[in-house]
Amino acid sequence: MNCIIIDDETTARIVINQLCSNSAGLTVIDEFSNAIQAIKYLNQNEVDLIFLDIHMPDFTGFDFIQSVKNPPKIILTTSDTNFAIQAFEYDCIVDYLVKPILLPRFEKAIQKAENASLRMNDSLSVDKVETTSGNDLYVNIDRRLIKIDMPSIYLIEAKGDYINVKTEDKNYTVHSTLKKIEEKLPDYLFLKIHRSYIINIKKIIDIEDNSVLIKKDVIPVSRSKRPELMKRLNLL
Amino acid sequence: MEEPNLSYIHSLSGGDKVFEEKILSVIKLEFPLEKAVYYKNLENKNYMKAAENVHKLKHKISILGLERSYEIAIQYENNLKANNSSLKTEFNTVLQIITNYLNTL
Repeated sequence: MNCIIIDDETTARIVINQLCSNSAGLTVIDEFSNAIQAIKYLNQNEVDLIFLDIHMPDFTGFDFIQSVKNPPKIILTTSDTNFAIQAFEYDCIVDYLVKPILLPRFEKAIQKAENASLRMNDSLSVDKVETTSGNDLYVNIDRRLIKIDMPSIYLIEAKGDYINVKTEDKNYTVHSTLKKIEEKLPDYLFLKIHRSYIINIKKIIDIEDNSVLIKKDVIPVSRSKRPELMKRLNLL
Repeated sequence: MEEPNLSYIHSLSGGDKVFEEKILSVIKLEFPLEKAVYYKNLENKNYMKAAENVHKLKHKISILGLERSYEIAIQYENNLKANNSSLKTEFNTVLQIITNYLNTL
């Protein structure tokens, strides 16, 4: 799992880095002393796990969670025990570590994060997005299979355990994942431009810097996805 | 009064001297600065700011293996948030013990 550390204390970041280095399969790709920097980073990059301090000046860990669209899994790291109940109101939080963090407790938290990833992968094998036929895509909503004409889809966005499928006529909220629906969509028409968005490239109105205007939605483009997007356009 | 020790740092390092030196050098650098800011806020009776300083200092207290002092810091931080400086003497003693210890490293 790729992870980042957000903590205003240097010593805390050093400790978490050291704990991560003792954990196989965990790579610290960056660290931040404030949450705002981390939000900017996440707008351009994907991570699997965040170690997040709660008590930071100006912008707390909870402010951060509320500011990030579709946050990845988060392990809170804090000296305060008072926020545990509040913490578990967020689906993205997999554990709550109280400083000083001991190695066995840290390893348990990583195990929880890995289990959460496995549960997510298991859900991919459940057919919420059913087989396609020609231009049709069947989605399972409230035990009904509803047909959607794929070329009419202009945007699909991840919303936690759900995806929001936007078409010319109607929006559908489906219990599925972007990865699952991406497998069903024709490559020539659709492109994942961000960890939370797939767009129909025929529906793009314009592109500006790192965002795409599609219908009335302004969608961010990940730095890593931009070259592929530019390649797919009929550029003059 | 308990004495600072490196047991927590050793439990994390697994013999990694680079890590040990790195974290101790940061503590030696930051601790006097954070302590000075805390004393200044205390002198100005800015207890909310002093509580924030104690919050930061208490992680270093825990890293240096001072378990009972850490409990004092938790309670003192709560007192300061309530505009009350009880446990000031005890906490300041902890800071002095750490200062003495860091000077030996």
